[in-house]
Amino acid sequence: MLAEQYPDEIKAIFAKYPVKRSAVMPLLYLAQREEGYIQKESMQEIASMLELDVTEVAAVVGFYTMYHDEKAGKYRMQVCTDLPCALRGADKFMESLCENLGIKVGETTPDGLVTLEEVKCLGGCDRAPLFQIQDGDKVAFHENMTVDKTMELVEALKKAQD
Amino acid sequence: MTHILLRHRDIPDLKNIEVYKKNGGFESLKRAVTAMQPKQIVEEVKASGLRGRGGAGFPTGVKWSFLPDNIWPHYVVCNADESEPGTFKDREIMESNPYQFLEGVAVSCFAVGATEGYIYLRGEYYHIALYLDACIAEMEKRGYLGDKLFGTQTSIRLKTHLGAGAYICGEETALLESLEGKRGQPRLRPPFPAVYGLYGKPTVVNNVETLANLPYIIEHGAAGYRQFGTEKSPGTKIFSLSGNVERPGNYELPLGATFRELIFTHGGGIPNERKIRAIMPAGASSSIIRVDDESFDKVMDTPMDYENVQSVGSLLGSASVIIIDDSHAMDWVINKTIDFFKHESCGKCTPCRDGNYWMLHLTKRIHSGQASENDIKVLDSVAAQMYGKCLCALGDFSTMAVRSAIERFPEDFKVRQA
Repeated sequence: MLAEQYPDEIKAIFAKYPVKRSAVMPLLYLAQREEGYIQKESMQEIASMLELDVTEVAAVVGFYTMYHDEKAGKYRMQVCTDLPCALRGADKFMESLCENLGIKVGETTPDGLVTLEEVKCLGGCDRAPLFQIQDGDKVAFHENMTVDKTMELVEALKKAQD
Repeated sequence: MTHILLRHRDIPDLKNIEVYKKNGGFESLKRAVTAMQPKQIVEEVKASGLRGRGGAGFPTGVKWSFLPDNIWPHYVVCNADESEPGTFKDREIMESNPYQFLEGVAVSCFAVGATEGYIYLRGEYYHIALYLDACIAEMEKRGYLGDKLFGTQTSIRLKTHLGAGAYICGEETALLESLEGKRGQPRLRPPFPAVYGLYGKPTVVNNVETLANLPYIIEHGAAGYRQFGTEKSPGTKIFSLSGNVERPGNYELPLGATFRELIFTHGGGIPNERKIRAIMPAGASSSIIRVDDESFDKVMDTPMDYENVQSVGSLLGSASVIIIDDSHAMDWVINKTIDFFKHESCGKCTPCRDGNYWMLHLTKRIHSGQASENDIKVLDSVAAQMYGKCLCALGDFSTMAVRSAIERFPEDFKVRQA
């Protein structure tokens, strides 16, 4: 239960808004923190906290690309391949990442560590190629990347797991 | 020139609150709250000619003056949802000159009588939201935010809110829906946010860069601000330069600076001895400007302001200048932009939802060399029929690159012979 797990954070979230429903987005991030995706029970719990129907919460989850309702790798590596990045080699970068990780876009490495995803503009067009790593409710940018630097990062993430 | 917005490039460690204070920080907020009437600030901003930096270029002071005096509370919502492909300017302001930005938000709150201001950041700017939260806490500690500011009865509180990956939330009514905890889909207008905004109350929605100008305007007055830029487009603007250029990045220049100055003097020109083939001055939403031997000088000498970019067939928008060299074809470019808009269309109105679906099919087919001549006509016709019929600007934006590419680069849309 989120209410038992994060009582202080939930209180702080509710204090931010005069209308309860506005808390839905921060609460969904909270629900995504541990497992990297939002479980049905969490949606139900958030719905009752906000006096909403569970479908209204699920509609929010489904609308925004940074919420996930299915389990994936521990880290979601999200590479921008939009026009400005593509002009600086993002498509080739993505291809080589697939080769090096041995997976296709949308797939997860066999050890369950990294899911490779393609995303829209991240606001770092001058530092392409770039990606963000989504880890639960956290996001970190990795800019001016090369395939070698990325593979080193993956190794480091793997070591941190062991 | 010296910077108004990217002052951190002139003053090291400006993101340290003490350094910011030593360099005149919070003096504008103090002056506004203790020595000026809200209406006076609205008039000063009107006189400065400051125009919205999010892309639409609407006069900021005029926008503020639409708020009714008989409905309360008023809200200020800062649009930090920066998501247009090619735009990365608000990010630099918030990361490197956060206090000037937050001071600007506070000034706007005072000007419109709002005690609460929300800063809506795109979810990907998670690190910036955390950082701004820390900066807000520093300001509260020192009495620049909170209750009884500078010993007056004025209260101003600022809060950050994170989106979750939806370009459409940069559209102001979609942003408000999202902030209210709903799907980020645009509202039917009127009523406009100035009358019926956040929680149904009068609301001002302004872009980060717009608000970051306010401390300077309060300090130097409208006349001081107008020493930069042109008569109709006063002030400076941050140009986000990206694509096939030697030194991509943000450059703050007076409005009216030329493409040549941006691309060659600051951007270092085109790498690999290539030539510029096309420019998209307003990100993926642009009509594409064709650059060839014949048009090169005319385009390069065009002043980049809200009026003159139109003379070369495009718009300034948020000044996200994407440079495309002569190794790229426009069928590829529009396949990229439509892939973006198809993904970001919110699905609320049919022309945009279905139009982008079909445009993506067609641009894919054209780019892969499988298209017939009729496919190109159909693509142009779908785009033409969408334009002006969508609920918000996203639908119109999606058609700009498509139609201009087909019209201005016909050689890229010749059906390939088997």
